[in-house]
Amino acid sequence: MKVLTHKQELCIGCLDCEVACSQAYFKTNDPNYSAIRILNNNNTFRARNCTQCGECINMCTANAIYRDRNGVVRIDKKKCVGCLGCVGFCSELVMFYADDLEVPFKCIACNICTNACPTGALEVLVSQVREK
Amino acid sequence: MGTIIKEYNYTPAKIERGYSGKSLYINVSDLRIEEKVITDFMKEKFTGGKGFDLWYLWNAVTPETRWDSPENEIVMSAGPMGGITQYSGTGKSLVAAISPLTGIPIDSNAGGYFGPLLKFSGWDAFELQGKSDKDILIFIDGNNGLIQIEEAEEYPEDSHLLAEELTRKYALNEDDMVNVSVVCTGSAAKHGYMGMLNFSFYDPRRKVCRFKQAARGGLGTILRDKKVKALVVKYKGVTPNLNNAADISTINKVGVKYHKEMHDLDSKQNKMRQIGTANTVMIMSQYDLLPTRNFQTGGDPETVKISPEVFINEWLTQGLHDGCWYGCTMSCAKCADHFLLTSGPYAGERVTVDGPEYECVAGLGANLGIFDPQAILEENFYCDTYGIDLISFATCTAFIMECYQRGQITQEQMGGLDLRFGNKDAVLELLHQMSRGEGFGKLAGLGIRNLKKIFVEEFGADAKLLEDIGMEVKGLEYSEYAHKESLAQQGGFAMATKGPQHDEAWLIFMDMVNKQIPTFEDKANALYYFPMFRTWFGLVGLCKLPWNDIVPADNHKTDSPAKVPEHVQNYVDIFNAVTGRNIDKDELILQSERVYQFQRVFSVRMGKGERKDDYAPYRSLGPVSREEYLSRQELYDKQLRELQGLEPEIMDLDEKIAKLRSYREDQYEQLMDAVYRRRGWTMNGIPTPERLKEIGMDLPQLLEVVEPKL
Repeated sequence: MKVLTHKQELCIGCLDCEVACSQAYFKTNDPNYSAIRILNNNNTFRARNCTQCGECINMCTANAIYRDRNGVVRIDKKKCVGCLGCVGFCSELVMFYADDLEVPFKCIACNICTNACPTGALEVLVSQVREK
Repeated sequence: MGTIIKEYNYTPAKIERGYSGKSLYINVSDLRIEEKVITDFMKEKFTGGKGFDLWYLWNAVTPETRWDSPENEIVMSAGPMGGITQYSGTGKSLVAAISPLTGIPIDSNAGGYFGPLLKFSGWDAFELQGKSDKDILIFIDGNNGLIQIEEAEEYPEDSHLLAEELTRKYALNEDDMVNVSVVCTGSAAKHGYMGMLNFSFYDPRRKVCRFKQAARGGLGTILRDKKVKALVVKYKGVTPNLNNAADISTINKVGVKYHKEMHDLDSKQNKMRQIGTANTVMIMSQYDLLPTRNFQTGGDPETVKISPEVFINEWLTQGLHDGCWYGCTMSCAKCADHFLLTSGPYAGERVTVDGPEYECVAGLGANLGIFDPQAILEENFYCDTYGIDLISFATCTAFIMECYQRGQITQEQMGGLDLRFGNKDAVLELLHQMSRGEGFGKLAGLGIRNLKKIFVEEFGADAKLLEDIGMEVKGLEYSEYAHKESLAQQGGFAMATKGPQHDEAWLIFMDMVNKQIPTFEDKANALYYFPMFRTWFGLVGLCKLPWNDIVPADNHKTDSPAKVPEHVQNYVDIFNAVTGRNIDKDELILQSERVYQFQRVFSVRMGKGERKDDYAPYRSLGPVSREEYLSRQELYDKQLRELQGLEPEIMDLDEKIAKLRSYREDQYEQLMDAVYRRRGWTMNGIPTPERLKEIGMDLPQLLEVVEPKL
């Protein structure tokens, strides 16, 4: 399973990852369109992004969420009806939406942010974690 | 497959702020297809959904119209909020017609995809009128603006086969199956008055058509009397804002908040996602509310055999989405997969059984004395595929069983069926007879009101006893809640406009357990507010369950927890966000009251909406038989002592039963007075012209009905 991981001790909170993500997918610098969000708690930085746990797959009301062959949880945009059920049901709060988008969005461990990260704080790992 | 006998092309109307602005009219007598305009008058007075249904129905019929008159219509509509995907319970189809059981308007609602897909196909409402001389089906293609009427003689009758075949026929491939929804009934609908309508939705995970039902009042019977076998709609391309809402941002925000509430709280509250409405079975039994053996008692030690845990652990598939429209994270439409049938024409086959919902476990289980989950699921399946309203079937069969138990009818008169309480094989055979239109099953399908007459006139049964134990009002069978100790709920059932269905009011806990509405005025206020509020779901296209089958964590701290204020505000906010209007919670009630009073006047117009029609059988109010009295003797003796100042110790049993009865019947009369006053009715139950004027419903047609009754 591919999953984006974050090393707190290396993160400097520059938010280049958020910009890279929102630029790549939505051509905007607006962090509300990024699938990774860096939270600043007294200059300690924590990343919020999909852990690929897959809890949203079976609850999806349109059967639009699936795990691809790399173990990454994906949304089939042709099937999704934008009910946002997965947004409310994500225990990690890492399924995101925006009012001008028809479907929610999430981290798909694509490495765009890892390439943009100046300190190596982000890395996509391939793990053998049991998938739900 | 069959010959296409009519084609009609149209330009699908674009939906603006929840309304397409068009309705579809089809007359199957002469195959006339017309488009009508939804007027501002209709939107103002009737809002949508059931409101539109009743308005069209009013204009279609006369006081002489009977259920099988050609001019009777089946009208259906989704409502302006119908089809939004971001909030739970937004896929309802509201259906109305003149009922074969009651002779007055029945309204019933169903989940499934038909209502929203019909609206996205350009139609806010659909009127079906006339009678065909041969079996037909109607297909609406909302993407291509095409309506086809096709001969349908060769298609199967039973829903699980018919919906599957039609869904495959109109879908291009497996992925396209979700875009087709079928309305159909089953083989029993041709033979009795309790035929219901199944509304399908395709479950892509199980790869099977599933159903929700517009069950009450014989709508399926009317469909088959019109010789319509199925209505099919196809619309591909559901997206989040097909309603062209005025403010999608608010809908998204409220929707996500609600989904999160469901995620965080459902497992701690009602477990709707695990078991659906059947979660309450044990609670009902504990509070003496589970109708058992024709409402004689309110529970049974054996209930544990049909508890939620039994269904969750042994029968119902867990962990898969079970909503009956997109976005419903309440996901309560549970089902038993790979269920092996043991009787009837499909014995030996494995099927998916939709349900059991609460009414199913209570009605087909406890009320028939059957405490066997497997039997309940089999009854559930056959009711559904044969097109039988399982509530009417259960309550009617319970009545038959008690008539048999008390020697009012014989096994011979039942064609040899041994309909003892608990005899599941006899109940299943009764269902199969209904499907075939044979034997005693054909008779049983006529419903309690007709059976009472037949049992008395032809079998020599005791008329007074049958009046007391036949659980029907206005001709409709009671839904499955025992309620002898809740005066408010006695009124909630018997004063309900269409007949005793709990969708108007469910006040038992407020009244009996929490004692929040002690006086007649309190009860009358509740019997004003809740029926009005609940009517609104049917106007806008919503399911009631997401309102109070989960509540916000801090709901108990609000000033009126029973109303679930935060959820009411969600509805106000979403209604405004869809329509661009600016109502508040009071105007919501006003919208409802316009339709509520209209429906009462409509019933008066059809000959059944007066005080005489609002009386309950005594079984609803108190103990009819000695055994019933003795089952709760301590409670009843206490009431005689404390409420009536009597000395039960020196009274014999029959005297105690009679005294309690006169007290309770008097209480019910006083409740009626209070409720009628609160609803703005005369003491004969007629809405007054003054009240109609206050709510802007003093329309000449309505005044013409009520004024001669003053």
